[in-house]
Amino acid sequence: MNAASSGPRALTLRILRSSPTEGIAPHWQDFHVEEAEGMTLFIALNEVRETLDPALQFDFVCRAGICGSCGMLINGKPGLACRSLTRDLGALITLAPLPVFELIGDLSVNTGKWMRGTAERLETWIHSSQEVDLTAVETPMEPELAEAIYELDRCIECGCCVAGCGTLRMREEFVGAIGLNKIARFRLDPRDERSDDDFYQLIGDDTGVFGCMSLLACHDVCPKGLPLQTQIAFLRRKMAASGA
Amino acid sequence: MRIIYTDVLVVGGGLAGLRAAVGARRRGHDVIILSLVPPKRSHSAAAQGGMQASLGNTVKGEGDNEDVHFEDTVRGSDWGCDQDVARLFVHTAPQAVRELAAWGVPWNRIKAGDREVIMDGKRVTLTEGQAAHGLIAARDFGGTKKWRTCYVSDGTGHAMLYAVSDQAVAESIPVHERMEAVALIHEGGRCHGAVVRNLVTGELTAYVAKATCIATGGFGRIYRVTSNAVINEGIGAAIALETGAACLGNMEAVQFHPTTIFPAGILVTEGCRGDGGLLKDAAGHRFMPDYEPEKKELASRDVVSRRMEEHIRAGHGVKSRFGEHLWLDITLLGAAHIDGKLREVKEICQHFLGIDPSRDLIPVRPAQHYSMGGIRTDARGHARGLKGLFACGEAACWDLHGFNRLGGNSVAETVVAGMLVGENMADFVESAAGELRVSTALVRACLDAEQAKLDTLLHGNGTESGAELMRRMQDIMTDKVGIFRTGELLHAAVEELQGLLLRSRRIGLRTRRPGGNPELVTAYRVQKMLKLALCVAYGALQRTESRGAHFREDYPRRDDASWLKRTLATWQDDFQTLPTLAYEALDVASMELPPGWRGYGARNAIEHPATAGRAAEIDAIRSAFGHADRFTVQQALMPFDHLIPARFRGRNARPGETS
Repeated sequence: MNAASSGPRALTLRILRSSPTEGIAPHWQDFHVEEAEGMTLFIALNEVRETLDPALQFDFVCRAGICGSCGMLINGKPGLACRSLTRDLGALITLAPLPVFELIGDLSVNTGKWMRGTAERLETWIHSSQEVDLTAVETPMEPELAEAIYELDRCIECGCCVAGCGTLRMREEFVGAIGLNKIARFRLDPRDERSDDDFYQLIGDDTGVFGCMSLLACHDVCPKGLPLQTQIAFLRRKMAASGA
Repeated sequence: MRIIYTDVLVVGGGLAGLRAAVGARRRGHDVIILSLVPPKRSHSAAAQGGMQASLGNTVKGEGDNEDVHFEDTVRGSDWGCDQDVARLFVHTAPQAVRELAAWGVPWNRIKAGDREVIMDGKRVTLTEGQAAHGLIAARDFGGTKKWRTCYVSDGTGHAMLYAVSDQAVAESIPVHERMEAVALIHEGGRCHGAVVRNLVTGELTAYVAKATCIATGGFGRIYRVTSNAVINEGIGAAIALETGAACLGNMEAVQFHPTTIFPAGILVTEGCRGDGGLLKDAAGHRFMPDYEPEKKELASRDVVSRRMEEHIRAGHGVKSRFGEHLWLDITLLGAAHIDGKLREVKEICQHFLGIDPSRDLIPVRPAQHYSMGGIRTDARGHARGLKGLFACGEAACWDLHGFNRLGGNSVAETVVAGMLVGENMADFVESAAGELRVSTALVRACLDAEQAKLDTLLHGNGTESGAELMRRMQDIMTDKVGIFRTGELLHAAVEELQGLLLRSRRIGLRTRRPGGNPELVTAYRVQKMLKLALCVAYGALQRTESRGAHFREDYPRRDDASWLKRTLATWQDDFQTLPTLAYEALDVASMELPPGWRGYGARNAIEHPATAGRAAEIDAIRSAFGHADRFTVQQALMPFDHLIPARFRGRNARPGETS
């Protein structure tokens, strides 16, 4: 396994290609690259585009695991390509676009449209009737509460939980773990004046928290390690109480 | 011909653009945002350590106020900034933090009582008072006298971007994603909007607007080694340059961040050092106190980066197969601190280096990080030379940062400038000057011209490779227009870049499809990026002094007598191969803080002839006002209230400060 003694590995990237705008149906295509020290899928895919196929489509922005642009199926499992080191993968790596989202082409999908839809549907902003005086000293908040809100605020909307969700295959309108986590985040935030009854209106049915089949792949694939399992369970209990 | 009309067109969906859009929308105007990517993917999300605002809540921030923040910022800029703008900024920053708090940003909060922190390598106990409990906390950052950087763990930019982006959704502001402005529509010194390319279909659309705002961030990707996201290619600044009317200011002022992981160039926050982390060399020696006894690891970024490279040159770097680096040691902060306050840093170390920063040292080396230069605007964010064009955030040379930006002042600038420019654009749209008088013939001509350029690339018989030119440009910039500059290196860089620019007119493509074509995108972007690279390199060659991040080994002194001025670059004719440079003098006689020593770094500036006179004048004003409050004195030194939009004029309250 020591790369230095046996020379660099020859990697095969097996990529699911397609172009809906040009009517090119999905098909697998193999690209061969030589592995380098510290190589990530970001580096490998850019090498393919620069040297083998300048038309290959994929999305990277921060390339540091922060922005959530590069979610894709890596050997069948949703993950962030930018921080996937090739040394952790076999010599044959299959890459496919995330399912559920509208396909743009090759590995690029339209997560933006889906996430904006979620934000509008669940109204993922602070609902407050207070006019805040910006020159006044801010309202205090318990330090632990601020940290607990940030814990849920760390979602990067990469779409991995959506792509891994079993429920979404059956219920297209399901809000997904990302949507439920957002509700949990705003529910925790005292600056948001919405009550549990308000949140029940948003997620109190089969397209919301009662639709989840608890397969919980979302929890396993979340690159940020968000506590999705406990949040969904907790919300279900609260919403059941609210709807009763 | 597709035309979309709106009151305000904002190009760029990062923090600056989003905040400006929300401001204009709340004044009742129609706004459309264009973004290369979904807005929450913008590079603002990568800001880790925090945003400066003089709340003065924490015990280490006691006595902080606008005056202290102002002086830190001006010294940080090496006197290159616009002092009116610095005043506007420090005044508005506390309001920005508090607005974001109301919008849901989970700022870290102060816990009353004792806590242990690491300062200067030693464990120290700080005691926060009961009155501060639950107020917004702050950490230490480089080049500041007080702990002033408000933060959300080390995901500050992420939390801010999500809050502001969700406000834009709440305001029903449409964001047209995967859309790229490739040219501005303008005539007779008035901007009328932009020609925009759909990155999925390749289709061009004209967006016609009363006011257009460029908020596209920096241009770090003209360098090979950069912390910047791959979308930070400076196309917004480039299309302003290509108007020949607007100009770019101080493009040679490029910041190199001391701590990016080696060799990937991914940022680890200045908060690592702010929270007590140390820089060490191959022998494990903490070397910064040897060079900078006053501020050590927490001198300004330009100074720390230079000292690190100097130390490597002196033979103290750690040798690796990729080259030399130094170590960032945060092991002394402990696992609990790192797990809570530096978690992104921890994730980055785990995923990209396979190390645990609570036990292992982090390999770091400076890399390109920030563009102080950009579209030159006035204090209201209105572009010089082109009415109806505004710019804010890193894309602008508003000029808050001069020749070196302080850590924590950029993410603060995005929201502060957004707040101000949003109001200023609304004022403009409501004024007589804001009326739209544009001919569809002009719009058609602009669309046709851009389509013709794309068709030439797609169907012409060029033979050059855009990707190859891009690589070469990035190599030249990193190797020859970096931290240490010389006339010889810069001259060579300018020559080579001109050659690349000529070659970029003959790019040919292998992929001829009009939409979803990354090869085409690289081709038209590299043509524009080469112009920016030439502005940087040529501006650096001409500036025969050292100021802030611009360091000339052949001219190592800051020369206020000859160079207390801002470089202005224009590109009137597409067939030029060099920008036209002009200079805008900074007026010492109206400065609140005349040039002097920064308190760190070299102490060898050549004095401006007006400095002594202005310093005496300021002393006289201060003594004449005797016991007057600080606002009255400031007003007498350099009035700036008239530049603040009415809704932001109030005085910032602080705990323990009686007006």
